[in-house]
Amino acid sequence: MLYDLEKIRADFPILNREIRKGYSLAYLDSTATAQKPQQVINAMNEYYQFHNANIHRGVHTLAEEATAMYEDARDKIGRFIQAKYAREIIFTRNTTESINLVAKSWGRKFLKPGDLIILTEMEHHSNLVPWQMLADENSLRLEFVSVNEDGVLALEVYKKLLDLNPKLVAFSHMSNVLGTINPAKEMIIDAHKVGAIVLVDGAQSVPHFAVDVQDLDADFYAFSAHKMVGPTGFGVLYGKEAILDATPPFIGGGDMIKKVELHSFKPNDLPHKFEAGTPAIAEAIGTAAAVDYLQAIGMENIARHEHELVHYAFNKLSSVENLKIFGKNNNRGGVISFEMANVHPHDVAQILDSVGVAVRAGHHCAMPLHEKFGIAATTRASFYLYNTTSEIDRLVEGLEIVNDIFS
Amino acid sequence: MDDFYRELIVDRYKNPQNKGELENSNFSYEDENPLCGDHIRIDLITNDQNIITDAKFSGHGCAISQASADLLLEIVIGKPLEEVKSISKETILELLGIELGPVRLKCALLSLKVLKAGIYGVGDLDHELKEI
Repeated sequence: MLYDLEKIRADFPILNREIRKGYSLAYLDSTATAQKPQQVINAMNEYYQFHNANIHRGVHTLAEEATAMYEDARDKIGRFIQAKYAREIIFTRNTTESINLVAKSWGRKFLKPGDLIILTEMEHHSNLVPWQMLADENSLRLEFVSVNEDGVLALEVYKKLLDLNPKLVAFSHMSNVLGTINPAKEMIIDAHKVGAIVLVDGAQSVPHFAVDVQDLDADFYAFSAHKMVGPTGFGVLYGKEAILDATPPFIGGGDMIKKVELHSFKPNDLPHKFEAGTPAIAEAIGTAAAVDYLQAIGMENIARHEHELVHYAFNKLSSVENLKIFGKNNNRGGVISFEMANVHPHDVAQILDSVGVAVRAGHHCAMPLHEKFGIAATTRASFYLYNTTSEIDRLVEGLEIVNDIFS
Repeated sequence: MDDFYRELIVDRYKNPQNKGELENSNFSYEDENPLCGDHIRIDLITNDQNIITDAKFSGHGCAISQASADLLLEIVIGKPLEEVKSISKETILELLGIELGPVRLKCALLSLKVLKAGIYGVGDLDHELKEI
């Protein structure tokens, strides 16, 4: 299929914006959050204009329509990641909340003092801090799979750590700093051999390539809508039915109960057991529209386009003076973090902004990874379905200005 | 390209006049901006009349934070501590000679925050630093 980049770009109104006088937007920060196509914006508007009502209660027409739209969104999102049942799809606020749900509900019940959790050095804070908090609370041990010089996981270290009989293994499918795509399927097979439960942080993977949770055999899989052209404030936790059934509820309140008495309650069935209170209905509908949008283009096509862009950028950036790419691995998702000799990333990002190029500067919520490589912060350019090679050229031109100013 | 990175700022960033550490300092205080990892430590030496006779900063960060630290120390050397307390955000912006948005303002004001915290003592930090 021909990848119609112009047609795709026309769907994203923000891409027409002039950011600085004479400079249109070159948005290279989709790893932080993706821009939204008109189709997603329209779906949410339409819900508010014509169908707005609370769900799972009330029998009037609007309530029924809203409930059907909300539950259709669950079906669609479940099919998108190849979940076996829609009830295995729990709606949350974001990846962070999904991981916290597992830590606070499953982890509190099933992890006992002395138990081991295996994480990796490339985790961002949302797949690190919840486990640190739980480890403090339940006296657990944490071990980390190291990242080697090329920016990939040291799998021989992982295998050795598995010999220590971890109860849980949690890792990102794709690094938000290095762009490294981890061999999730093989890692899960190995973890299951020693009886560990596996949580995969899919914040960077689900937006960028086809994910099949059944083929991966992941026990938990977490991701956010806003990085996949959907709305903010909406995330998903996939969990295998039997595991979710055994997991106690997370937040208490309406909708997550079957029966309430003054001194006790009986939790609702899946998935509602984990969804207390009125949820983000418009956002669920917007996320379903985002799934439709991505699927119409095809995840394979999106992945291929990004691969071409990152390859192009890798070559172009390699020729920029004073620039060092973080991690040597060229086989990566659409993310490149780099440092410029003697120039702070904030200055790099500010100069790029002055020519309309939006990148991220900082530690990208992965401070330990930066510490490991001895860098306080990096500049990160990331690419998505709507980016072009000419935007990468503008990035490179902007970096030449950085060199002119600082050398 | 606007004049955000005017010559003065880049020059002070690359060739700071007041960077270093003072072994016999009476005041030494450090802080960081967690957003970007900028880190600044300021050492001061004062005489019997509480006048600053020498000042140095150390640490790392963006051009704005480093240049503003360098320029700030230049104006505080020779001043009584009491007078330093009245240095304001506007003074720093005048020294830099540029307009800054809220995010970069934090970079520019980090050194002033560190300096005032050092002089006031950590206990009074929250109260006295509100206006920065």
